[in-house]
Amino acid sequence: MKRLKRTAERIVEAALTLSGSITSVAILLIVIFLFKEGFGLFKSPAVENGYALCVNVVNPVEKLNSEQIKNIFDQETTNWKDVGGIDAEIAPFRFDEIFSRYSDEELGKDYRLLPQKLGEIIAADPKIIAFIPIKYIPANNSQIKVLPTKNITSSDFFCGKEWLPTATPAAQFGVLPLIAGTLLVSIFAILMALPLSLGVAIYMSELATERVRQILKPIIELLAGIPSVVFGFFGLAVLVPLIQNSLNLPVGETALAGSIILAIMALPTIITVAEDAMRNTPRSVREASLALGATQWQTIYKVIIPYSSSGISAAVVLGIGRAVGETMAVLMVTGNAAVMPHSLLQSVRTIPATIAAELGEAPAGGTHYKSLFMLGCILFIITMSVSILAEIISKRQKKGIDV
Amino acid sequence: MKKTILTALIVAGTFVGAQAQKIKGSDTMLPLSQKEAESFMNNDKSKTVIVTGGGSGVGIAALLEGTTDLAQSSRKIKFDEKQKLQEAGKTVKEVIVAYDAISVVVHPLNKVRNLTREQLEGIFTGKIKNWKEVGGDDMKIIPYSRETSSGTYEFFKESVLKQKNYMNGIMSMPATGAIIQSVSQTKGAIGYVGLAYLNNSVKAIHLSYDKGKTYIEPSIANAKNKTYPVVRPLYYYYIDRSEKIVKPYLDFVLSNQGQKIVSEIGFITLK
Repeated sequence: MKRLKRTAERIVEAALTLSGSITSVAILLIVIFLFKEGFGLFKSPAVENGYALCVNVVNPVEKLNSEQIKNIFDQETTNWKDVGGIDAEIAPFRFDEIFSRYSDEELGKDYRLLPQKLGEIIAADPKIIAFIPIKYIPANNSQIKVLPTKNITSSDFFCGKEWLPTATPAAQFGVLPLIAGTLLVSIFAILMALPLSLGVAIYMSELATERVRQILKPIIELLAGIPSVVFGFFGLAVLVPLIQNSLNLPVGETALAGSIILAIMALPTIITVAEDAMRNTPRSVREASLALGATQWQTIYKVIIPYSSSGISAAVVLGIGRAVGETMAVLMVTGNAAVMPHSLLQSVRTIPATIAAELGEAPAGGTHYKSLFMLGCILFIITMSVSILAEIISKRQKKGIDV
Repeated sequence: MKKTILTALIVAGTFVGAQAQKIKGSDTMLPLSQKEAESFMNNDKSKTVIVTGGGSGVGIAALLEGTTDLAQSSRKIKFDEKQKLQEAGKTVKEVIVAYDAISVVVHPLNKVRNLTREQLEGIFTGKIKNWKEVGGDDMKIIPYSRETSSGTYEFFKESVLKQKNYMNGIMSMPATGAIIQSVSQTKGAIGYVGLAYLNNSVKAIHLSYDKGKTYIEPSIANAKNKTYPVVRPLYYYYIDRSEKIVKPYLDFVLSNQGQKIVSEIGFITLK
């Protein structure tokens, strides 16, 4: 009987160890996968994969950067001299246009005549810039010059201010507005949530009577149970028009709406964890403080808050984590415009919202797909640095108490 | 015990899977395919059809991998995708099952009723910024777009913007419902939605593709007689080898009963 019990205990022990190690390995693998996919971005060409830009051989332009390419095909740049060429109008040519000029029959079986026709078109027009698949670049045609394509650089990605991931021929992956949007929304959410939730936590752990606490606590926990998409819908239908009308703005989908929704969502997490930390202050410490003649208020802010500071900072970190990573509610209320935010009353696009909205249709393994993984890496680094920071702060404060 | 149940489930799953035909792709077409599949299975109890969404691109990629029998797509197959299928030795067949009209919507109190394609291009690429430039009040224009993953986004870009990119930092909404909601509560807003989603909380703009000579109201009748310009076909794609498997279902969709479902969903029938 005893042996049986011991064996059972051993099995449970082994199972616990195993589950611990499996979890760690899984987390590690996920992180490695994330970074591997993400860094693949910098090996992708700036022009759409498998395509190249061709110009007539008489054109003096030797290279274009991805922003110039985008502007040319958007017809923002219309003259070759703006990009270092002759004074002539640019004639952009997209590959699909060939099918409106020639029928499938004229292009031959399996498009055998396609390169030749493309060659004729490019050779005929000295002002043309053609965006065509590498496969169909006409071979041995001295009339055609292929512009070299560079890979996406990290400065394009981290310092770019335009996020147009599906633009052809040259998608723009400037991540700066997304990072700025995420930080703006999260920081203001925490600034709003923190005083409120700490107030509630102090009230509930120190001042409220047992009966009030028993009513308040489940209500606040109920708040944590509301799905984020419901918050999002509430935000879109109630908060957004409210902000728009009361501040007299042209649009209500602003960073402010996102911050308020996030603040509400972060409240229960911060309150619950902070309150638990405060209630864990030993009775002896409280009584010692009161016995020395401190008032209740002095006890709260000189004894209880410092004592539970590590718990409070854990609460703050969890709150920030929730705010930075929250997707659905923010996706619905911030308007998702990828511009550098200058104020709270502007529409912003956050990193998680971008990933959620775009991953569905990004071709697996493509440049866009990899750029979304890179966004995931950035998000991961942000949340990790927040938790490391909190760890350091709480350790330092603990030391202070011991002395 | 649990294991047995699990194995049984997996076996049953593969068994059903082998019998069923799978449809995958466009989210726009998801309600249509689901309803069609439901009625199809009611007519013939021996058949099973499994419908999943994910986006037009996802459906065509699944066709290439052989994980679906039919791909539903709200856009025409791209040249690249066709090439890839050909390289894999697969010939793809196309069937148009319905049409969808895209209407441009504004706030109900907006005075503007008519817009030309060129004006719309200006608005959505950010060149026209105020309603008074197109005959409305002195009010900032706020264009709403769909997310990049949407087939509607691509179609609007192709048809109205002539392949130019949307303005940098356009408001983009995750769903058609969200566009309606935002446009209905924002005075200067303009957005685009499928005809089936139109309701009284927004106003549909009459469009002109001939530089302002005639303005056409978006309606099912105008889409059918081809006077309304922004209409896109909805496609099913399949590999010619699997024609036998998908034929009964496709025949059903194209039948009178199937086309009735098309109009119930709010799309435009073929005839």
